[in-house]
Amino acid sequence: MNSVSLLGRWAINSVLRLGRAAVFLAVTLIASVKILRRFRLVVQQVFAVGVLTVLIIVVSGLFVGMVLGLQGYNTLVDFGAESSLGLVVALSLTRELGPVLTALLFAGRAGSALTAEIGLMKATEQLAAMEMMAVDPMERVMAPRFLAGFVAMPLLAAMFTAIGIVGGHLIGVGVLGVDSGVYWSAMQEGVDVYDDVLNGAIKSVVFGFVVTWIAVFEGYDAVPTSEGVSRATTRTVVIASLAVLGLDFLLTSLMFTEV
Amino acid sequence: MPDATRPQERLIEIRDLRFSFGGNQIYDGLDVAIPRGKVTAIMGPSGCGKSTLLNFIGGRLRPDRGDVLVNGESVPSLNRGDLFDLRKQMGMMFQSSALLTDLTVFENVAFPLREHTSLPEALIKTLVLSKLQLVGLRGARSLMPSELSGGMTRRVALARAIALDPLLVMYDEPFTGLDPISMGIIVKLIREVNDALEMTSVVVTHDVAEACSIADYVYLLGNKKVVAHGTPEQMRNTESDDARQFMAGLPDGPVAYHYPARDYREDLFLEDLNE
Repeated sequence: MNSVSLLGRWAINSVLRLGRAAVFLAVTLIASVKILRRFRLVVQQVFAVGVLTVLIIVVSGLFVGMVLGLQGYNTLVDFGAESSLGLVVALSLTRELGPVLTALLFAGRAGSALTAEIGLMKATEQLAAMEMMAVDPMERVMAPRFLAGFVAMPLLAAMFTAIGIVGGHLIGVGVLGVDSGVYWSAMQEGVDVYDDVLNGAIKSVVFGFVVTWIAVFEGYDAVPTSEGVSRATTRTVVIASLAVLGLDFLLTSLMFTEV
Repeated sequence: MPDATRPQERLIEIRDLRFSFGGNQIYDGLDVAIPRGKVTAIMGPSGCGKSTLLNFIGGRLRPDRGDVLVNGESVPSLNRGDLFDLRKQMGMMFQSSALLTDLTVFENVAFPLREHTSLPEALIKTLVLSKLQLVGLRGARSLMPSELSGGMTRRVALARAIALDPLLVMYDEPFTGLDPISMGIIVKLIREVNDALEMTSVVVTHDVAEACSIADYVYLLGNKKVVAHGTPEQMRNTESDDARQFMAGLPDGPVAYHYPARDYREDLFLEDLNE
């Protein structure tokens, strides 16, 4: 009986959280429209959320591209198809690895930072102080951060993909001896702007939206103690990562299923 | 001493306030009148809901029953826009000071001005520096909040609270955790600011000596109601047991020393049996 009631309480709490998150999103979106008047705040946050994440994205993208080059070559060479290496690397990155890995790294680097920052602002009464100064924290704090994450994530994913393709070239052409012209022309031949690039971009926009929403909401909803903020930060990374992987499956099955 | 019974003398009037939170009743019929232009101290033991009272005055919480009037307006029934307008006439100094940690001292004090006015930069600078001069921190304008001591942080918070020249300044536990010198500065500032800028001050605190040294009027909360109120002089000579225990800091009295528990001997004995 006790475990049943615990399960019930867990379910009720989860639904309540979901409800709060939805209301939070609605309020943030309304505030986001107003904040566009003060664009400077958004720019500051794009720097904090986006620019400071560039290094980890570039390094990860380079290594993922290099690994793809290596693994792709070893598999393709058995079939004498190493000329398709450029295509394999580019498709893997634009369709899947670019958006998904960027979103996971973004959740870990920028998402956790957003949650911790907002949670600590709550714990140190900075949000309450803004309210008492007749300044709406949703407008001043949440909306710029939300917009910044939403804008930065697709750009970071594009950067990841581009660097990854260079990484594949570095290994495939530079080390393993695939012809450079073949590497690029296979890519040019096989990658479609709509099917691959646009769908990948849509994915990264969706992931950016969801990860930033989760990160900002978790910070806002955090219990205002050091333990509460640490739990909220962990939850951001865990929930955002799972959401990205789940949504990726959903979006892939919608986009890439031939009817 | 103003006659707090005359309506025009009251800036804030709390009538029959009832409020419960998470199953605990916090207030059960609280009546408080804050006289205009004076320093009023709200005192009481920790956890009696004295800081929560400021959230009602600022409209961050809504009462279950009763009314909160500030300058003649009923705070719980204001819509969001009117509430925000009213809050522009209130300054608040939080216990944690709540300075915005990503802004300098100058920008923290300028924050309300930038948010609510479109004054030219030169005028903002003049206003901010005059407030910082008042609290003695004009020289610290370019420091970040993390570089300030506890007492300095509170003074910046005070400068920010008065940046818009409000009608009312609320202080939440302004003396807690300060060294004697910083405490003396804050005590002096609260009085000076109140008189120089012709404001009304509400000081929530449990420091009896400091509060009595600056307050014109004292409310003592306890047991979900107002236990006693009067001038500091009246409070010191009070006949009420509740008030005397608090004012003199006696460990036992109407507020029991022991948290409610079973009989001590029974408790020890039963523990032994269970093991």
